[in-house]
Amino acid sequence: MSDQAQSDPRRSDAQSSAAVAFPADLKFIPIMDNTSGGQALVRSRRGAEGPWRTAWRKLKADRAAIMAFGVLVLITAACLAAPLYARHVARTDPFATNLNGEIVINGETRQVLEPSTEGLGLGFTPLGPTWDFGPYMLGADNQGRDVAARLLYGGRNSLLIAGAAAAICLGLATLLGVVSGFFGGLVDTLLSRILDVLWAFPIFLLAISLSIVLITQSITIGPIEIRSGSLWLPIFIIGIVYVPYVARPIRGHVLSLMQAEFVTAAIGIGASPWRILLYDILPNVITRVIVFVPLILALNMMTESSLSFLSIGVQPPDASWGTIIQDGQGLLYSRPIVALAPGMAIVICVLALNILGDGVRDALDPKSSIRVA
Amino acid sequence: MRSRKVLSAMMAGVGLAGLMLMAPVTGAAAQEGKVGGTLKLLANAAAGTIDPHINYTLQYFQINYILYDGLVTFRKTGDKTGFEVVADLAESLPKPEDGGKKYVFTLRKGIKFADGSDLTTADVVASFQRMFKISGPTTGTLYNGIVGADKCLKTPATCTLEGGVVADEAASTVTFNLVAPDPDFLQKISIPHAAILPAEAPLKDSGTVPIPGTGPYMIASYDPNSLLKMVRNPHFKEWSKEAQPAGYPDEIDYGFGLTDEAAVTAVENGQADWMFDPPPADRLAELGTKYAKQVSVHPLTAMWYAPMNTNLAPFNDIRVRQAVNYAIDRAAIVKLFGGSNLAQPSCQILPPNFPSYAPYCPFSANPGEKWSAPDLEKAKALIAASGTAGQEVTIITEDTEVSKSIGVYLQDVLNGLGYKTSVKPISQNIQFTYIQNTNNKVQISISQWFQDYPAPSDFLQVLFSCASFTPGSDASVNISGFCDKSIDQKMAEAQTGMIADPAKGAQLWTAVDKAVTDAAPVAVLFTPKRVDLISPRLKNFVFSPQFYWIMSQSWVE
Repeated sequence: MSDQAQSDPRRSDAQSSAAVAFPADLKFIPIMDNTSGGQALVRSRRGAEGPWRTAWRKLKADRAAIMAFGVLVLITAACLAAPLYARHVARTDPFATNLNGEIVINGETRQVLEPSTEGLGLGFTPLGPTWDFGPYMLGADNQGRDVAARLLYGGRNSLLIAGAAAAICLGLATLLGVVSGFFGGLVDTLLSRILDVLWAFPIFLLAISLSIVLITQSITIGPIEIRSGSLWLPIFIIGIVYVPYVARPIRGHVLSLMQAEFVTAAIGIGASPWRILLYDILPNVITRVIVFVPLILALNMMTESSLSFLSIGVQPPDASWGTIIQDGQGLLYSRPIVALAPGMAIVICVLALNILGDGVRDALDPKSSIRVA
Repeated sequence: MRSRKVLSAMMAGVGLAGLMLMAPVTGAAAQEGKVGGTLKLLANAAAGTIDPHINYTLQYFQINYILYDGLVTFRKTGDKTGFEVVADLAESLPKPEDGGKKYVFTLRKGIKFADGSDLTTADVVASFQRMFKISGPTTGTLYNGIVGADKCLKTPATCTLEGGVVADEAASTVTFNLVAPDPDFLQKISIPHAAILPAEAPLKDSGTVPIPGTGPYMIASYDPNSLLKMVRNPHFKEWSKEAQPAGYPDEIDYGFGLTDEAAVTAVENGQADWMFDPPPADRLAELGTKYAKQVSVHPLTAMWYAPMNTNLAPFNDIRVRQAVNYAIDRAAIVKLFGGSNLAQPSCQILPPNFPSYAPYCPFSANPGEKWSAPDLEKAKALIAASGTAGQEVTIITEDTEVSKSIGVYLQDVLNGLGYKTSVKPISQNIQFTYIQNTNNKVQISISQWFQDYPAPSDFLQVLFSCASFTPGSDASVNISGFCDKSIDQKMAEAQTGMIADPAKGAQLWTAVDKAVTDAAPVAVLFTPKRVDLISPRLKNFVFSPQFYWIMSQSWVE
């Protein structure tokens, strides 16, 4: 890594930028210097990268992270195109049963659910993958539905739930962590104990318990009513259960920031607490929250799949990768692709999110920046 | 009785011609079959308590028939005579007296429980009192006609059944007095819930602690997480081959915990001899071809159906219920169950080959005796006339593969009729009680019913009489909440008719079947068959229409 950095001109820029950004260097620069050296230094200072630009440059340099990001973009784009695929390629409604359906493959008419005609003639086997970019490319499930189309639609829900739950989780966790760490005292004690209680529950036990209680009935939070079967139920449940895992580290980070010199200085010059919170604490917290984003997305995706697999997440006729795995569980022996396809999609997404998460952490973590420099 | 949970699994037995020889004192069947060895059974999970007065599952009904006896039982044979009631602990079948309100049983002599104690008339009286004292699941539906039962149902702890069950120890007789004539009484006391236990049996659910019985086997140990082990009852002597024949295997091990897939593989490989759970759908084709010799398929007197709540919109409108019946493609649903070799489409309540059954299907493109195709135009016209399109409907299914699949299909049908439909799968363990309780406001569900005893009343009266509907109760098997006084009256007339003139009574039940079917409180979907997979070493597989596999009559090589 260090060898590459030495041979890479951008790395040299980074090093020089980091050096320029160091306050100890800046205090020796004459502001009105007209010498050539002084002009160079001023140019250097004007071109100095902000922390976001530096992070973005480091992230771009991380090929694995960029590849992971690319994979995620591709998968997301494919999932967003699900209606187009269903209408123009699969030419089927992936949510409607098609038990009596037929399809022509290589001039031969075949039933979507093919009866066993040998021996005792027991059972039906769904159509297998055709591997052609057309109807039933990945075969049919036990309702005669196009697996590939459902995979894309399922991906939309899986990604939506993971994303929305991550937003809820990170929003709540940031609010609780910052308030708890910044105000301290009774507020901190109260919020910390609440988080401790939540933390005491194993994640899946808590998620399953909430799901079983809530999934069959509507819940009302003030003016908001979430109806049973709504996607917002798994979003809400998954968003809640990971809050302590993010809020606690953020609280700790805020506590350490409160001891930082620039905060002490702000206090010293009489800055109001709200100004310190908004201009000194939050900007430093945001970077850490961003590091959490891909990691929480990956966790949410796995949790959603697990809950849906247990029939307490996404409810039919909606699909997610978890529900499709469950649909395929009964076909593992004869049509394993039904379960394997969404399983692979989850593996790829979670792997990509973790690699991207590592890249984002390396890019935004100040300690990482010092190490690279 | 209810599907997998509540079936009347019974056994029957008759072995082969070889069973003509009397069993030795050990109770072993000494015929040309091989006596000895261990029969290895598998089930996905245990079925809860082993208390025979409480457990209401096919899984344990099946073993309770070789562990316990009643005063009477169904003939243990593999043919249609398996529906006939024969004397078991009683010396003979009593003739009804007092216009069908009195039955006098004389106990056989010399019968002992597995703990060595003698069977007495006091045990019989105590057993029937115990059924009520522990609030047995069928006391309110099958045994509420015994004199004194009403008081016992109100205050179980002080139940005496005074005047209802009377013992005469000197004469070794027990007399049953009924409030009204009941032509099905002998059949009702032939199921394990009327098993005779020692008078000292605990007055609470025995849970995992076995209670001594009189059958050829007894429970040696029971761990619901792993194994139920049954061994020979050392005090058993065969007294009636048709009621309780001696068994072949020395030991029967019932293992729990394997998945269905793993169980299929184990039986295919001969590591186990039989699995309780139906083979998973994606193994059926393999079983029907590669392992066809190890597969046994038998029709059941049962139905899969969709109860519709007649007291909740939109199903409180008969036009909507009939529309659902017209719209369902029963042939498509049969595919979800494994195809036409495993199920037959049906529209009516009574299953084929059942007393009073006469083919009838009004909800078909060509109404007549058999279902032919859905009639969507008629269904949509009925919905339009009802003005209920656009309403929200929720289907409650079990979380099993087949039940969920049918639920998803039904959702499609209801959406096609204009409703906004959702499906909620609920754990198999609680779904049956959940859909019975009116407090849960279930609109439509997927359920199954298997016979407890072979009489039309078990389907029609138990499931659709006003008396079977108990609002707010988890034990209200009239899931639809259907109550039609005129049909109730017809049921009463049919019951009375069965005593006075059985042929006429049977005709009346046929008419009731049509009347209930027309009123459409449910959408009957299909009549299922049972697939049994057995190991190559298991011989003499006898399937009774009442008990299903009679496990004591098989041997292993």
